[in-house]
Amino acid sequence: MDLSFNQNEIAFRGEVRRWLQRNIPRRERKAVPAEFGDPKRIAELRAWQRKLYEAGYLAMSWPKQYGGRADPDTDKRQTLMRQTIVAEETLKARAPSVIGMMGVQMVGPTLMQYGTEAQKRTFLPRILDAEHIWCQGYSEPGSGSDLASLKTRAELVGDFFIVNGQKVWTSNAQFADWMFCLTRTDPSAPKHNGISYILIDMKTPGITVRPLVQMTGDKGFNEVFFEDVRVPRENLVGELNQGWQVANATLSHERNMLGSTTRTQQMFEGLLHVARTRRRGGKPPSTDPLIRQRLADLAIRVESMKYHSYRQLTDLLRGRSPGIAASVNKLVSTELNHAICALAIEVLGDYGVLDRKSRHVVDRGIWPYEFMFTLGLIIGGGTSQIQKNIISERGLGMPKGS
Amino acid sequence: MDFGLSDDQELLQKSARDFLARECTPSVVRQAAQATPGSSEAVERRMAEMGWPGVLVPESYGGLALGMLDAAVLIGELGRVAAPGPFLFSAVLATQAIMTAGNRMQKQEWLPKLASGHATATMALLEASDRLDPPGVRTRARRLASGYRISGAKLFVPYAHTADVLITACRTSGSDGASGITLFLVDRRSPGLTIRLLDTIDRTRRVCEVELRNVQVGREHVLGLVGGGWPVIAKILDVAAVALAADALGGAERVLEMSVDYSKTREQFGRPIGSFQAIKHMAAEMVAEVEPARSLLWYAAYAQDERKREATRAASMAKASLCDIFARSANRAVQMHGGIGFTWEHDLHLWFKRAKWNELAFGDPTYHRERVATLSAF
Repeated sequence: MDLSFNQNEIAFRGEVRRWLQRNIPRRERKAVPAEFGDPKRIAELRAWQRKLYEAGYLAMSWPKQYGGRADPDTDKRQTLMRQTIVAEETLKARAPSVIGMMGVQMVGPTLMQYGTEAQKRTFLPRILDAEHIWCQGYSEPGSGSDLASLKTRAELVGDFFIVNGQKVWTSNAQFADWMFCLTRTDPSAPKHNGISYILIDMKTPGITVRPLVQMTGDKGFNEVFFEDVRVPRENLVGELNQGWQVANATLSHERNMLGSTTRTQQMFEGLLHVARTRRRGGKPPSTDPLIRQRLADLAIRVESMKYHSYRQLTDLLRGRSPGIAASVNKLVSTELNHAICALAIEVLGDYGVLDRKSRHVVDRGIWPYEFMFTLGLIIGGGTSQIQKNIISERGLGMPKGS
Repeated sequence: MDFGLSDDQELLQKSARDFLARECTPSVVRQAAQATPGSSEAVERRMAEMGWPGVLVPESYGGLALGMLDAAVLIGELGRVAAPGPFLFSAVLATQAIMTAGNRMQKQEWLPKLASGHATATMALLEASDRLDPPGVRTRARRLASGYRISGAKLFVPYAHTADVLITACRTSGSDGASGITLFLVDRRSPGLTIRLLDTIDRTRRVCEVELRNVQVGREHVLGLVGGGWPVIAKILDVAAVALAADALGGAERVLEMSVDYSKTREQFGRPIGSFQAIKHMAAEMVAEVEPARSLLWYAAYAQDERKREATRAASMAKASLCDIFARSANRAVQMHGGIGFTWEHDLHLWFKRAKWNELAFGDPTYHRERVATLSAF
């Protein structure tokens, strides 16, 4: 057990921190989220990602021939530590988010594993420099938790797939350049065996994107309709009808856990600030014994997740399989983030439900906003209930239901 | 950055687990629960042969010279089998107290005997008030020409009835301040000392009432400084919090495994109950609580040796978290077992009761959460 960083890592952290201080655009903290789809904001965020990439802080483990930074001699352990440090520091510095994250974390690694050489050369460099922003075409109106029941049809006619159907809850579709999409290519096969993973240019004729308004009042995700959309056959990833395996490989790709626990720590710090500085019954809520119990309980859960992420990073460095760790992280972190926001709203009292536009609003209304947004994250990316199924079936070997 | 058990620690864990699964079976635990000593002589002897009681003791005194994380690994394995016996209280708490506060003569007298398992010791801290703070120490030690005369009563003293020496917290001056507290090494066989076993629901542990009526001890039996007992006690309370959390981790793991195994074979409505989501989700929730808490425990144990400034807060976090989780897991486990889980015949109640003892002893979760709040300056 050794919780220290070596000289090399400490120096790298300092370098990243200084770079971020110099390069994060001013006024960033007041910037609107990308989900609102403002073209000027999207352009800013593309520029930010390119800057991060050019500085060498993005996709450090990707091979050089595809635009990455690694060659066969690159020290894997060092790369992993550096990625972790960048994730921590960008969050701490409240840097803009990486707009092409779905490309970097999901399609990129999938193409590296399953893509053709032409696909790798075409797409990977453009994922990194934000020329291509990706969205994920998975959920459908009739296929949420039971994703494999999806019906969007892709019929192979000559050298083209003809795509018809509908996707839903598609984040970023309103400005994405490309979609990685699960489609039904063999309706007669058992549901897991008739799916193909294809890449769709969002500018293709026949695609309609309709924004959906979320509980928060913002346009955050979309419905995407396909009407006789022609997709070249070479955009198939992996084998025909083997898309389920391809998609699952993507889902299990290493996510940077430390990043998300840094975010949770920040939210907890925010809650603590509210609890110490506001007044309830004339006193700071943080002096109330019952609130202190709940703050301490949250502090313990936040701290546990911090060390848990160190443990998972260590397992990765030691080359051990993460098992169901990603599901435990997803389940615990999203519930924890929501619990933090719920307590923040509670200690704010009547102020806790004021909308951002109200003149009495506290902290620009982030608490009620985050309270709702974090509930969405409990559902998105596999609901808490689905994560519990995964943990019990794959982790504990409990029998599948009939 | 390397946050995990070392190869040696994993090996220690594996050999401990294999040994205890073989030698400390539920029937051994039940036999010990029936008998007065409250431990298994055979298991204690084998543990001593492997050097476990000397886990924290320096090599110069015949110990293994390992750290708190290694001790936590062993305690976790003992918790996993609900092992009876004084290990945690003697080899970890009392031994640590002697290592922390003892002079050379005291260490030479006690550490080799404790490390080899030829003697055991315990901490006599609490009294009828059940307070973990300085005002809780009311037992008086009055200065005589030749030493001290102790009078008072201690309560909830683990394994006092088999301990060779009781490290007893006494008041040498004042009435409730920390500065008037002194620790004494009191021989269990001293005239004037009476021990009675307390009946508790947790039969895997033994706790005692200790009455001290004009017990005379020599000056050389003062452990540490006169009036300097409290800082030592405070450190031992941190170590106890980590140790009980480690025991709770092992217990929580075990009740989860028992429940999952049972759910795969028990059938209702024509299929294994483990195929029902109501059951699966209870199990998944146990995993989702236990796994992050395991990381917290490792940190808390590591902090005792390597991050002294954070040691107290980390200890309280681990105690509150894991003892809650063990109790909740044991409750879920009983429910997953249904009627059979509520019987005396089934082994599950051994852990269910031990979880409750772990939760309440050495500060309950509410006490430790308030300590976290205070130490974090909320």
